[in-house]
Amino acid sequence: MQKNTAAKTLVRGATGDWEVVIGLEVHAQVASRAKLFSGASTEFGGEPNSHVSLVDAAMPGMLPVINAACIAQAVRTGLGLKAKINLTSVFDRKNYFYPDLPQGYQISQYKSPIVGAGEVEVDVDGDTLKVGIERLHLEQDAGKSVHDQHPEYSYVDLNRSGVALMEIVSRPDMRSAKQAQAYVSKLRTILRYLGTCDGDMERGNLRADVNVSVRKPGGEFGTRCEIKNVNSIRFIGQAIEAEARRQIDLIEDGGQIEQETRLFDPARNETRSMRSKEEAHDYRYFPDPDLLPLELTQDYVDALKKDLPELPDAKKQRFVGSYKLSAYDADVLVAERESAEFFEAVAKGRDGKTAANWVINELFGRLNKESLEIATSPVSAGQLGAIIDLIGSGAISGKIAKDVFEIVWSEGGDPAEIVERRGLTQVTDTGAIETAVDQVVAANPDKVSQVKAKPALLGWFVGQVMKSTGGKANPQAVNEVLKRKLGI
Amino acid sequence: MQVDAAAVQRIARLARIKVTEEEARALEQELSGILDWVKQLDEVDTSEVEPMTRVIPMTLKERPDVVTDGGIADEIMANAPVREDHFFVVPKVVE
Repeated sequence: MQKNTAAKTLVRGATGDWEVVIGLEVHAQVASRAKLFSGASTEFGGEPNSHVSLVDAAMPGMLPVINAACIAQAVRTGLGLKAKINLTSVFDRKNYFYPDLPQGYQISQYKSPIVGAGEVEVDVDGDTLKVGIERLHLEQDAGKSVHDQHPEYSYVDLNRSGVALMEIVSRPDMRSAKQAQAYVSKLRTILRYLGTCDGDMERGNLRADVNVSVRKPGGEFGTRCEIKNVNSIRFIGQAIEAEARRQIDLIEDGGQIEQETRLFDPARNETRSMRSKEEAHDYRYFPDPDLLPLELTQDYVDALKKDLPELPDAKKQRFVGSYKLSAYDADVLVAERESAEFFEAVAKGRDGKTAANWVINELFGRLNKESLEIATSPVSAGQLGAIIDLIGSGAISGKIAKDVFEIVWSEGGDPAEIVERRGLTQVTDTGAIETAVDQVVAANPDKVSQVKAKPALLGWFVGQVMKSTGGKANPQAVNEVLKRKLGI
Repeated sequence: MQVDAAAVQRIARLARIKVTEEEARALEQELSGILDWVKQLDEVDTSEVEPMTRVIPMTLKERPDVVTDGGIADEIMANAPVREDHFFVVPKVVE
């Protein structure tokens, strides 16, 4: 890695620096109840071949009928990616043989996809990177082959066969593993906001084919290799780094990159070739004669556009503008729609920055520690808001507030009542504070004599007074009384 | 248009059809003939004509997002030559 920022994404090789060029094809499962062309369920799991209709099993004479909700989801996603919606698109057959593809072809969109060019803004290391979207098209998922049940046979389950996928193709606009990872997580956030894909990577509902090539900075694009089916953001990063390194080493050793599909093996942290050249695919795309072109009206698209939720970029801007949050805090809060909504519930009628601090530092910190989601937070937005109000009114100090937070977390209850019942109310009574200060001053004559030369010692005195009052003294009041008594 | 033996074998392979050398020779002639016949269509100027996608005016039929099918694993499996529980069993295909 280079110090100079323009070159910070370059990779060092034996013959100098190399630039890595990355483009992604993300397959996102459309959030829908039924499949793209049949009435079978899309539900995950289920007994083998139980979510399969005769259409999904490609029985002779069966005809596909498109699911209207899947069309709407693709259009909404396109709008969320600021992309052109194509009012006419066409379904094609992509022909190949594989046991988990009973039709012998996948219904996909080739020449005329439903969504055209768009753009995603990605924040990486404080810079904003614009990643171009080339297209988004609808297609069918294939079934699942299980290879580990028998030494000589594979087992095929068609439950996924026919489930709607959106393939989202980016331009080769990324230059590092980190940028590619940031792009995928931003894309995932947008999809989740839109509710068009649940983004569950563990279940394979969001997975990526990663195209990687290397070149000398500013030179011609190199030959690319495609790493298939990478199913976590961490693996996407590792796969890119391993593949870029392989290509650089190969070229520097005098070899040549061959365009091919590869697999990433996380256990060995390497990519390896998937198909030999003689198996090179020829998909013989042609328009599916069972399906008419998909025609939309502008009114239909406009109506969907009107109903789009506020998206992360707009929300972030609003948080920075109206709550005066830092860009960083706003980013953290908008990463999940639920977090943003929780924050707004806490911030309503309160100081935005204070609310953000409590949500991010205390609540998220605690949720992470216990591996909980915001949706299952033991502390509600109302309870957290009440704690912040107690600080605001001077009833409790920030330190006691953390204790109250802990109590609410583990026992629940109304924060004001907890403070009242347990006698946690802050001591603002100057008389009581003065008594405590006098005791501390009297007990520590050596520190008293040093404090004039070393004003930093004041903090130690504050700590002692807070300790002797069980943390209930108002820190500002303690500070003032101490300064007066110590004559500083 | 001349289709040669290699092209015949390639097409046969893509279609997973086994073709003997003798059959391939006959197919060279046959496929070339078909292509020549279709090629006559090039004589018509279609530069100003939209591709035809339907004979009568109709639009793509849609259905609502409702689960109306599935739960028929026994029927799905009925013709499977080999099965295990409700899985299709096929020769190992892992790459």
